[in-house]
Amino acid sequence: MDALLHQIVSGLATGCIYGSIGLALVMIYQATHHINFAQGEIATFSTFIAWALLQQGFGYWSAFLLTVGVSFVGGVAIQRLIVRPVEKAPVLTNVIVFIGLVVIFNSLSGWIFDYTIKSFPSPFAQQGPLSSRYFSAHELGSFLVMLCVLLALYAFFRFTPVGLAMRAAAQNPDSARLVGIRVSWMLAMGWGLASAIGAVAGMMVAPTVFLDPNMMAGILIYGFAAALLGGIDNPAGAVIGGLIVGVLENLLGAYVIGTELKLTVALVLIVGTLTLKPNGLFGKQVVTRV
Amino acid sequence: MSEVLLEVEGLNAFYGATQVLHGVSFKLDRGNITAILGANGAGKTTTLRALCQTVRTTGNVRFEGQQLVGRATEQVVRLGVAHVPDGRGTFTALSVEENLRLGAYVRRDKAALAEDLDRTYARFPRLAERRRQQAGTLSGGEQQMLAISRALMLRPKLLLLDEPSFGLAPMIVTEIFRILRSINTNDHVSMLLVEQNAHLALDLAHDAYLLETGHVAMSGTSEALKADAAVRKAYLGI
Amino acid sequence: MNPIDRRWKLLLGALLLVALVLLPFLVKNYRVFQFNLVLVYAIAVLGLNILTGFNGQISLGHGAFFAFGGYAAAVLMEHAGAPYWATLPAAALLCFVLGFLMGFPALRLGGHYLALATYALALAVPQLLKYKAIEHYTGGVQGIVLVKPEPPFTFRLFDQPFNADRWLYMFTLAVTVLMFLLAHNLLRGRIGRALIAVRDHPIAAATMGINLPMVKSITFGVSAAFTGVAGALGAVVVAFVSPDSFPVLLSITILVGVVIGGLASIPGAFFGAVFIQFVPNIADQISKAAPWAIYGVFLIGFMYLLPTGVMGMLRRSWMRWRPGASRVSS
Repeated sequence: MDALLHQIVSGLATGCIYGSIGLALVMIYQATHHINFAQGEIATFSTFIAWALLQQGFGYWSAFLLTVGVSFVGGVAIQRLIVRPVEKAPVLTNVIVFIGLVVIFNSLSGWIFDYTIKSFPSPFAQQGPLSSRYFSAHELGSFLVMLCVLLALYAFFRFTPVGLAMRAAAQNPDSARLVGIRVSWMLAMGWGLASAIGAVAGMMVAPTVFLDPNMMAGILIYGFAAALLGGIDNPAGAVIGGLIVGVLENLLGAYVIGTELKLTVALVLIVGTLTLKPNGLFGKQVVTRV
Repeated sequence: MSEVLLEVEGLNAFYGATQVLHGVSFKLDRGNITAILGANGAGKTTTLRALCQTVRTTGNVRFEGQQLVGRATEQVVRLGVAHVPDGRGTFTALSVEENLRLGAYVRRDKAALAEDLDRTYARFPRLAERRRQQAGTLSGGEQQMLAISRALMLRPKLLLLDEPSFGLAPMIVTEIFRILRSINTNDHVSMLLVEQNAHLALDLAHDAYLLETGHVAMSGTSEALKADAAVRKAYLGI
Repeated sequence: MNPIDRRWKLLLGALLLVALVLLPFLVKNYRVFQFNLVLVYAIAVLGLNILTGFNGQISLGHGAFFAFGGYAAAVLMEHAGAPYWATLPAAALLCFVLGFLMGFPALRLGGHYLALATYALALAVPQLLKYKAIEHYTGGVQGIVLVKPEPPFTFRLFDQPFNADRWLYMFTLAVTVLMFLLAHNLLRGRIGRALIAVRDHPIAAATMGINLPMVKSITFGVSAAFTGVAGALGAVVVAFVSPDSFPVLLSITILVGVVIGGLASIPGAFFGAVFIQFVPNIADQISKAAPWAIYGVFLIGFMYLLPTGVMGMLRRSWMRWRPGASRVSS
C-alpha cells in the first residue's frame, strides 16, 4: 500500500513537470497553431546555462532566477528572428524550422557543455522538513515549485491586462489588432513564457535524471502526450493531462509492463488520443471549413 | 465652421494582386456622421479596412492631419480610431467584461476605465446582466451592443461601423441606431457608417458617399441623396 | 517533355551510369564503403520524399522503418540463414505493412499532429529494440553482427580488386537504379498526380473520386517499404545492427536529405544522400556536435533561401541556360 501511494505521489510530482511542458506547448499552439518541437531542447539548454552559472559560484536561487530571465529573453528572440519570418509559410516549412531548432540547440548543448553526464543539485535538502515516507524532499519541492509557476501563470493570464491581451491575441489576432494590441509582440512574449517554463521544468527534472544534452527528449514526448490528452487548446487540460500521464507512467511501469517500454507507452498514448479522441478529454470540437 | 477630421484622397486598396478600391476620395467633418452606401461588393467594408490599414493601400488618408497609410493597425488605433468590424469581431471565448476591458487596452488613464464600464452598463443593461458570461453566448443584438461598447471604451475620436444592422431584428436595429445618434450628439464621437440599409443610414447620417465597384459614384447631404431620383430607385426601393 | 530535353536527360543519365560503375575502381576501399552508404541513404530519402514531398504527409519517424528493415534483414540472415538479397523483398513487405498500418491513424492527423506522432515513433524505436522480451531475436543492446557477403567472382580493374565492398556497391547500385526507376514510373502517371492532388487539394481530390484513405495509407506503405529496403541494404553493407544505430536523429537526418535535395524531386534524393553522408565526416573534425549544428542551420537556411532544395535550384538554372531550346517550359 505504501509502495502504491509512493508511486502515485511521485507520479504526481513528475506529472506536474509533464503538465508544465504540456502547458508551454499549448500556449504556443493556441497562439500560433504550431507545435513547438524545440520546447525540450531549449529547456535543456537553459538548464545547462543554470549549471554553468552554478559552476561559476552563483547561489542556487540567483542562478535559477537568472536562467529563467535569460530563457525568457531567448524565447522572445527566437520567435522574432527565426519563427516569425516563416509564420505564414506552410505547415511543413514550420515543422522543418522547428526541427532545425531542435537540432541546433541539441548540438549547442553538446558543443559548449560536452556530452558527459553531469549532476545537477536540488535546492531542497534531502533530510529537511520536506521529506517524508512517501516522497523525497525533491519530489515535494519540485511539485510545489511547478505549482507556484502554474498559479503565477494563471494569475497572469486571468488578472493582468497584458495577460488578457495575450489571450485575445491568441484567440482572435484580427480583432486584437483593432483594439491596439501588438499581436506579433504578444506571440514573442508567449514564446518567452514558454521558454521560461521549460527552464524551470528542466531545473526541476535535472537532479533526478541527470543533465546531458538528450535529457528532455523523452520528457518532451510526455509533455506532448499531456497536452494532447488535455486537449491541445486547453491550458488547464494540459496540466491535468500531465498529472494523469505522470501517475499512469509510474503505475504501468511498476505493475504492468516494467520500466523498459516507457516511450512506447507514450507513443501509444499519443497515437491513441489522436485517433480515438483527437480533441483530448477537455478540448473543444474543431470544425474544418471546406 | 466644422473642421475636417478625416480626409481621404485617391485611396486604392488591394487584396493580394486584385485592386478593389480605385481612387476613392471623401472627407468627414468632426462631429458628423458620414455614411458609405453601396451594393454588395462595392468596396464599403474594404474602405474601413483600408483606413485601419488591415489591407494593402496606396493613396492619402489624413486623420487629424496625420498620414495613416503605411502605419500599423495598432498605431492607427492609438490615434483614436475604433473599428467595429463586420461580423462584430467579438472575442467569443472571453467574458463580456473582458471584451470591454480590451477595448480600453491602449488607454493610459486606467482610473477612468471603471467610470466608462459603469456608463456602458448603464447604457446597455443587458450587458450588465451578462458581464461575466462568455461573449460567444450572447445573442446577435447583444453582441452588436458589445462590439460598439468595446469600440467606445477606447474613447475614440472616430468610430468606424461596418454594417451594424446586419442580421438583426428591426426593433433591435432601431434601438442601436437611436443609441448611436445619442453617442454622436452627447459624446461628440464622429462616425463613419457603412451600411447596406440605405434608409437607416440616411436617417442617421449627416452626409453620405455612394460606392459602386470601388469608385465614388455620388455624394452629398443625406437630404439631397434621399431626394435624388436615381438613389431612390436603386437603393431606397421607392 | 520536349525531345531536346529528353535527349539531354538520357545522355546525362547514361554518362552518369558509366561513371558510377567505374567509380569504385578508382578509389580506395573505405571510400567505396561510403559510396555504398550514399546509395542506401538515397533510397531512404526517396522513400520519405514520396510520402512528404509528393503526398504532403509529414513524417519525422522514417528512421523507424529504416530500423525495421535493417533488423528484418539481420534477423533473417542470422536466425533463418537467409541470403542477403532475399532479405530485401522481405523488408519491403514488412515495412509496407507497418507503414500502411501507420497510415490509418495518420488519416485523421494533419500536419504537425502527424509530425508529432511519427516523432514519438522515432523516439520509441531504440527503446523498443532493446526490449528484453525479444532479446533472443534482436540481440538486445549489443545488436546483431553480420558477415559481409563475398562477391561471386573476382577480377581486377585499374589495379583494384573486386572485393566484398565493391561487389556490394554494384549490388546496391543495381537496387538503387531499380528503386529510382520504380519511383519514377509510379509517380509520373495517374498515381503521381493523385498523390499530388491529395497533397494540395485533399477535399477537391475526394470529390473527384480519389479514395483518400486508400491513397494516403498506400502511400505511407510504399514510402515505408522504400525506406525499409534501404534499411535492409544498410544492414548488409554495414554488417551490423544495434538499437543505438537508429536514434531519432536518424529520422531527422533523412528529413535533412529530403530538404536539401528538394521536396517532390526524385533525383534530388541523391544530392540529399551525398550531403548527409559526407557533411558529418567533414564536420566531425571540428567537433562531435558540429554535424548536427550544421544540419540545423541548413534545415532552417534552406527553408528561408532554397525551399525547393538543390534540385529546385538546378531546375531553374537549367531553364535559363539549356542549349537551343525555345522559351516554352516543359
